[in-house]
Amino acid sequence: MYVAVKGGEKAIDNAHAWLAEDRRGDPSIDVLSVAQIREQLSFAVNRVMAEGSLYDPQLAALAIKQARGDLIEAIFLLRAYRTTLPRFGTSHPIETEKMSCIRRISATFKDAPGGQVLGPTFDYTHRLLDFKLAADGDIEEAELASKPLDEAVPHITDILNAEGLIQQEPNTDSEPGDLTREPLELPANRALRLQSLARGDEGFVLGMAYSTQRGYARNHAFVGELRIGDVTVELDIPELGFSIEIGEVEVTECETVNQFQGSKTEPPQFTRGYGLVLGQSERKSISMALVDRALRWKELGEDNLGAPAQDEEFVLYHCDNIQATGFLEHIKLPHYVDFQSELELIRKLRREAQSHLQTQEAAE
Amino acid sequence: MSEYNFAYLDEQTKRMIRRSILKGLAIPGYQVPFASREMPMPYGWGTGGVQVSAATLTPDDTLKVIDQGADDTTNAISIRKFFQKTAGVNVTEKTAEASLIQTRHRIPEVTLREDQILVYQVPIPEPLRFLEPSEVETRKMHALEEYGLMHVKLYEDISKHGAIATSYAYPVRVEGRYVMDPSPIPKFDNPKMEMAAVQLFGAGREQRIYALPPYTEVISLDFEDYPFEASKADHACDLCGAENSYLDEVIIDDQGGRIFVCSDTDFCTSRQDQTKEEAA
Repeated sequence: MYVAVKGGEKAIDNAHAWLAEDRRGDPSIDVLSVAQIREQLSFAVNRVMAEGSLYDPQLAALAIKQARGDLIEAIFLLRAYRTTLPRFGTSHPIETEKMSCIRRISATFKDAPGGQVLGPTFDYTHRLLDFKLAADGDIEEAELASKPLDEAVPHITDILNAEGLIQQEPNTDSEPGDLTREPLELPANRALRLQSLARGDEGFVLGMAYSTQRGYARNHAFVGELRIGDVTVELDIPELGFSIEIGEVEVTECETVNQFQGSKTEPPQFTRGYGLVLGQSERKSISMALVDRALRWKELGEDNLGAPAQDEEFVLYHCDNIQATGFLEHIKLPHYVDFQSELELIRKLRREAQSHLQTQEAAE
Repeated sequence: MSEYNFAYLDEQTKRMIRRSILKGLAIPGYQVPFASREMPMPYGWGTGGVQVSAATLTPDDTLKVIDQGADDTTNAISIRKFFQKTAGVNVTEKTAEASLIQTRHRIPEVTLREDQILVYQVPIPEPLRFLEPSEVETRKMHALEEYGLMHVKLYEDISKHGAIATSYAYPVRVEGRYVMDPSPIPKFDNPKMEMAAVQLFGAGREQRIYALPPYTEVISLDFEDYPFEASKADHACDLCGAENSYLDEVIIDDQGGRIFVCSDTDFCTSRQDQTKEEAA
């Protein structure tokens, strides 16, 4: 005899206990510390901070530990935590030209004021598994440069701008919207688009950017400049009547210089795409710049080629991996009721189709 | 749990949600954009409904949560526990005792009263979405009351299948104005939407809230010669014998054996209890 399934509550508790045990893994292996994740899995930490829209390496590392290394799950943990945080104020815009760079490269000029600084990059490593690393993690200390970097590291695009070769960005002091506080309404402005891309899924934004390179709204991007480093964050303190530095954050900034033949409304000139991501994430910031540029077709008077990367609604509505994974995975929740109504509908339609066939046969 | 505000969300956020709810009640069936928050459960798990409930709950409320009509499905349990933990409200499985009912995919069988609120979890609030993927376009269509596309779709169903091939999330027209998605309830439940209780719909991921004030006219779309029909399995419940409730089909062996039972578990168990009492 059928008994309605009970005990969902017990099942949930047991599932959580099992999950916790699985997360821990073999108890004879040392527990992974949050500090180890923060220090040694820093790219994972960076991605979680960027897409979690919260700059806190310690909490991001904790989220990665709790999520057993599932980065989207970790991003979700950080976002859910972020929701509960009060807002103290809005910082001044960060000044990336004053960044203390650990890496700064340009693909458009062999040399420029501030110099090319390779920094800590995978770019020219040979991707050979380092079996020594499996045995021990000891490294030799890297040699320190004999002289510090130039203090002044101007933006490459500013240098181009002096010649008037690159499109000017309108300077507005208007306060940008905040997509975590206001519902996204379309058409969005560029600030909102960039906000959305900055927290968008790295894989999605990469795929969109790649599609532009392969011809779906190709925009001929050069990496004018890519820089990584710390910038200070300043906040006005009303009680003091002036602003103070409240801390430093590491960011990656990419400015692309894009070929442009001119359009009905704009003269031939270089145009720009922009990417800025919390932490070190070159792939993401370059991708973001390419997609930003593709989304600017309207303001530059270009044709809409119907490419996915040009479609603001398509890109912005689908780049958020927390929204995407939630809706995707929810289809594993019970749908008995809907499925039941589909069963009845299919049976009814089949019955009608069959009786129709039978009458036809009888007539013949 | 003292580290969170009552019902998890902070008061400013709740006020923002309440404003959207009031706007929704003022324009029945209109989808009000709201600044949906990231909740500690995933999008798709009822974050819209949870936010609407959080903004609506008071400490004196008695909460009931159902998923597929049942109080004991895992996600219903999880949401109920969430509010027990963060709001400390009383909870119940009895429809009649609840002042606020959060639901996914069903309307309770028992007639709801004026002092009750029914909160729906909504995955895709836009009834026109699968006819027109662009939100910019569908908002325009609603503004211009341009619903021809929907009627063409229903007409095409009839010409192809001899019937309207939508069995759940069956579109309705509210007070002769907005075409509205009733959330994925079976069309069996559609006629119940003209009710005494306030109905609130929350779509978290899509950032939309909409609402039906009590006794609002809600008409399921149809044609004169193909009238709407609220269908269910042609059986009575095998547990309580009800002939007028929505039924789940349950497979009981691998020989094709199956029984039909009420999807509304409270409705079914109270009927069974009543029979037992009468027998005693």
